[in-house]
Amino acid sequence: MKLEFLSFDFEKFATEMQNLKDKKGFDYLVTIVGEDFGNEEGLGCVYILENTKTHERCSVKMLARTQVCGDGIASNGTGATDGQMMAFIPSVSNIWKVANLLEREIYDFYGIVFLGHPDMRRLFLRNDFVGHPFRKDWKGDGKYSLEDDVEPDYGLEYYLDKDGNLQSKQNRLFTSDDYVINIGPQHPATHGVLRLQTVLDGETVKHVYPHLGYIHRAIEKMWENMSYPQTLALTDRLNYLGAMQHRHALVGVIEEGMGVELTDRIKYIRTIMDELQRLDSHLLYTSCVAQDLGALTGMLYGMRDREHVLNIMEETTGGRLIQNYYRIGGLQDDIDPNFVKNCKDLVKYLRPTIQEYMDVFGDNVITHNRLENCGPMSLEDCINYAVTGPAGRASGWKNDVRKNHPYDMYGKVAWEQCTLTGCDSMDRYLVHINEMYQSLNIIEQLIDNIPEGDFYVKQKPIIKVPEGQWYYSVEGVAGEFGVYLDSRGDKSPYRMKMRPMGLSLVGAFDPMLRGQKIADLIATCAAIDVVIPDIDR
Amino acid sequence: MEVKKPHIKSIPYEEWNDNASLEKIIDELHDGGVNVVTGSLDQLINWGRANSLWSLTFATSCCGIEFMACGCARYDFARFGFEVTRNSPRQADLIMCAGTITHKMAPALKRLYDQMAEPKYVVAVGGCAISGGPFKSSYHVVKGIEEIVPVDVFIPGCPPRPEAIMYGMMQLQRKVKIEKFFGGANHKQNADEAALGVSNEELTFRNKMGDHKRETIVVTDVPEAFVENLKREQEKQA
Repeated sequence: MKLEFLSFDFEKFATEMQNLKDKKGFDYLVTIVGEDFGNEEGLGCVYILENTKTHERCSVKMLARTQVCGDGIASNGTGATDGQMMAFIPSVSNIWKVANLLEREIYDFYGIVFLGHPDMRRLFLRNDFVGHPFRKDWKGDGKYSLEDDVEPDYGLEYYLDKDGNLQSKQNRLFTSDDYVINIGPQHPATHGVLRLQTVLDGETVKHVYPHLGYIHRAIEKMWENMSYPQTLALTDRLNYLGAMQHRHALVGVIEEGMGVELTDRIKYIRTIMDELQRLDSHLLYTSCVAQDLGALTGMLYGMRDREHVLNIMEETTGGRLIQNYYRIGGLQDDIDPNFVKNCKDLVKYLRPTIQEYMDVFGDNVITHNRLENCGPMSLEDCINYAVTGPAGRASGWKNDVRKNHPYDMYGKVAWEQCTLTGCDSMDRYLVHINEMYQSLNIIEQLIDNIPEGDFYVKQKPIIKVPEGQWYYSVEGVAGEFGVYLDSRGDKSPYRMKMRPMGLSLVGAFDPMLRGQKIADLIATCAAIDVVIPDIDR
Repeated sequence: MEVKKPHIKSIPYEEWNDNASLEKIIDELHDGGVNVVTGSLDQLINWGRANSLWSLTFATSCCGIEFMACGCARYDFARFGFEVTRNSPRQADLIMCAGTITHKMAPALKRLYDQMAEPKYVVAVGGCAISGGPFKSSYHVVKGIEEIVPVDVFIPGCPPRPEAIMYGMMQLQRKVKIEKFFGGANHKQNADEAALGVSNEELTFRNKMGDHKRETIVVTDVPEAFVENLKREQEKQA
């Protein structure tokens, strides 16, 4: 999607954004992109919004103002940033709840503070990190410390006082009799290095503060110094279970910017590969849910069949987990001669086998008791917190990008969007199971009809994207995965940002788990399918 | 210096160094239906250690999924005794560092390593853990975990295939099999240990109890006849 930015006056920004949601129905905040627009425009943000009824999208660009924080006289003296020049924009976190973490991310990377946001702490980097690394003028020394990070027990809230001075005040994160327990970053059930700081009252969860960045590899910053073909290698390593889809979104946005026309063969193969990858990921998901709930047998079944899917992909791409298969203008290589037969065999094998997971684990009475009413979230909240993917569809939100914004062959094959209305972890599990059948349907329809043609549309040796901004999204394995590209006509992107699938899911843990038992946290975490390198990027 | 000779009833003292008579005794025992195995203590302990290597689940990214695949149906490294993974460093023999270590994670890795009990090993799985891999130019990635903890085995790949992970673990087994139970660790030492030329274990003791090196034994009450005898023999040879 080529972005045509709306722009608003700084003073009216908050009310205009409220109008977009209330009057025009843009109730789903897809992402906020922080950007250093250069010396003339300075820092700013790009907001991408969607109307969940009409699936219309729009984008808003807002430049930050700068001012010295604290007026030096009447400052209440609590801010760590008093006396510094700060860039600021009014917060939208009270309009769209998902903005809470997104704005913290931008504060972390760009140092833009959001007026009215209650908790302006760093999200990814250590608290003693110097500067804001995504600014174009930032330079690091590459040093790091092995000392523990000293974390503040308050978040700063910035506001403009009646004289128009930028002020800050502290909001306490915990009360004095809170019992706080850390889950992670090294914990077997957080699927990586997620850290959840959990406030408990007995066994009941009162609040969950996610701490991210333990696997923050700064891919977006690295991209700014890479040529376009070089950027591709890193997306596979984000969510290694959705390697194909992530790369699909990245090549998609670059191809759209360049105006590349793909052959039908490429579109067919990409669609099939995406669905194979979805099968791979969902099989691992069903395994992990079983394992996290203590059913190790259930895990072994899923992992066994996942190897069959990997075999097929490996025969064509050469990679087991990380395939590096798509490239700008097509594919690395043509499909293997056995690919069609292998896919058909897989479909034939897997269709009855999926029932086996249900027999072993999914239909078990213990599973039902553990997952039903666990981590509930209503449809309205799902949209507000931007819980996309199977987790949102389990609450009845028809959010599948493949249906709403069809790409490649998805508009031309017959398949159902799986939604359920249980709003809980059990239905999230069942949506995954149902989606595997749909993936098999899609593969079955396409596999016999792969048209002849080129697998690669030849590109120039040095790839340049004309000036402009684009956003392209695909349905990842756990939600919408999109890439925003701002090109200034160079051979490397000026700013490229991903919409990770997991960030909004992690942001939704807090409302989902409030009032639940701490054991349900693990079950919810398992059933929502987060992959941490995808969140931290 | 006089060594007090213990009196042993069953075996004549002179035959302690005599293998033939030892074997004879063992044969007699076998014939009598008693199961006896002879060997060194190191062999026994290392056999046990090498075939039950328990790893700490420390998967930060992609390589962790391949590690999981190793443990599951197709590759099944339970065949080698690696299948037990521990979530607490106190119970683990090695850290399988599978994935990128970032600056924020580095203190956690260091702490986990310090919390493990001796003897402990580190296996660096994948390009990121070895050198930063594809993320070497990032401002937030440690360029190889060797900067933080001593690494015993490097398994290259991005990610390494399960076969490679198993091969790496077998290399670790080789290292474990020549461990010495009484002092002298065989694992990779960090800079402090290497400079002193002592094991982690020794270093821990020294930190705790100060330098407790043994006094050198100097024998002073040598009989004169023995010394003269020695001199005469040396002269003969000359």
